[in-house]
Amino acid sequence: MSDLIELDLAAARDGLRAKEFSAVELTEAYLAEMARGEALNCFITQVPERAVEMARASDGRLADGTAGMLEGIPLGIKDLFCTKDVLTTAASHILDGFTPAYESTVSANLWGAGAVLLGKLNLDEFAMGSSNETSYYGGVVNPWRRKDDDAPLVPGGSSGGSAAAVAARLCLAATGTDTGGSIRQPGALTGTVGMKPTYGRCSRWGIVAFASSLDQAGPMTRSVRDAAILLQAMAGHDTMDSTSVDRPVPDYSAALTGDIRGLRVGIPAEYRVDGMPPEIEKLWQAGQQWLRDGGAELIDINLPHTKYALPAYYIVAPAEASSNLARYDGVKYGLRMPGKDLIEMYENTRAEGFGAEVKRRILIGTYVLSAGYYDAYYLRAQRVRTLIAEDFRAAYDKVDVILTPTTPGPAFAIGARTDDPISMYLNDVFTVPANLAGLPGISVPAGLSESGLPLGLQLIGRAFDEETLFRAAGVLEQAAGFAARPQTWWKD
Amino acid sequence: MTVDNETVRRIARLARIAVKDEELPPLAGELNAILGWVEQLNEVDIAQVAPMTSAVQTTLKQRDDAVTAGHIPDDILKNAPETELGFFVVPKVVE
Repeated sequence: MSDLIELDLAAARDGLRAKEFSAVELTEAYLAEMARGEALNCFITQVPERAVEMARASDGRLADGTAGMLEGIPLGIKDLFCTKDVLTTAASHILDGFTPAYESTVSANLWGAGAVLLGKLNLDEFAMGSSNETSYYGGVVNPWRRKDDDAPLVPGGSSGGSAAAVAARLCLAATGTDTGGSIRQPGALTGTVGMKPTYGRCSRWGIVAFASSLDQAGPMTRSVRDAAILLQAMAGHDTMDSTSVDRPVPDYSAALTGDIRGLRVGIPAEYRVDGMPPEIEKLWQAGQQWLRDGGAELIDINLPHTKYALPAYYIVAPAEASSNLARYDGVKYGLRMPGKDLIEMYENTRAEGFGAEVKRRILIGTYVLSAGYYDAYYLRAQRVRTLIAEDFRAAYDKVDVILTPTTPGPAFAIGARTDDPISMYLNDVFTVPANLAGLPGISVPAGLSESGLPLGLQLIGRAFDEETLFRAAGVLEQAAGFAARPQTWWKD
Repeated sequence: MTVDNETVRRIARLARIAVKDEELPPLAGELNAILGWVEQLNEVDIAQVAPMTSAVQTTLKQRDDAVTAGHIPDDILKNAPETELGFFVVPKVVE
């Protein structure tokens, strides 16, 4: 039944409802793919027996007419979401053996809708990275390779395992989280759709916290329609997260009308950065033409503070991380290293348990929050953040949605950027502003680089206007007609 | 502002991360590179700008001041490296 994996989420859902195949058959098809995909290192934990059990229960509900909106759909879950009784690591040594006694709200929503858990997906440690190379469990390998070149490439990060697993069809769809681009950037680098909703759209409860004012969960899928379906099930108000917003969740699939006549699309001059490769510029131009062909009106806009987004992010995010990660102390869960007293036990545990990038960010965060530096760094960055949000607010007086490239280039070789943190951070130059402003963004696969690798275009929308975002993304997807697939070398 | 080895030692202590002497110079170098790069924020005129306090305009809801969970000591302790008699165990704090 290997052809089952060719169905996207929407088609699989329809096939299950029409009883063309069972949820167990669909899940078993993916379990076989997951087992053959070991070389990609997408999964930290696989739960095949539990998956079959869940699929069997789905078949029962499909039979008796009580099926949920994701009944029998096999998903991978980024290993940043706490899953009851299933190891949850955040790809960090410091969470060794942590099996939560509770379920994150987003994943609980998915199981409530009938979805099936295949396993927990690899990521950068605590979601800190843009290449998935900081995972304690080893890097994820991008299923895509350059043409005529076997060199392993990164899948992007931090939701690299999610993106690679969706691209390689090891799961039907996956969850990700996005703090500075961690859904959209790996989506672009793997030829998949990655969607970060508005801050507050999905509950953060039960998601291992990185930077609480920026973190947001979202869907990673093969198509825009699949992203709309998955977000529908993930989103919603939650009393356990005071920043989750109490608004009705619209029918996102219904927004995919294919009609963007009269839509005003902003093209921000500041995203034409120095040294941007010609192929990225070309793709961006193509995207503009596709939207114009669909009847949209293109409008040049300015987002003057764009260049300050990345440095502001690299103050705000580490500051919040240093505070959030204070909880890993060797007392309540995870790793403990001995010490002669309590403080030394803390220090030894955290020295052993955190990887280099996480330590670097905790130290930066501690420094910028420490006495005498708080105003100069953290408060200044939060003021710049206000300016960035105001740039967007002013732009949305004139336009409905903004089109940009997702990344400044395609996937790069494993190891190519690990020595220079700032060159790694620059991967997120186009994605970070939406996080700082709390806005929804989506990356749609739009073409191939000269080297044969996927490239993405990003749309950024108004707060809580995911519907317009999906509508425009659907048109972009249709016009781009991205049908390329990686060679399945990992099955050899 | 430049971070020297002593500053790294001090912030590592604040962050409760043990750092060996030989790790101090490379860490100082990395932190200085990042802090030097974020210096560009000083170009921005922020005199009249309020710091962002919430990514999305929203009013925080209040809930009833009531106990809604509890009585799950086993769940709370189940992942702890060391427990005894329903307590977390840590190295001796008081002499």
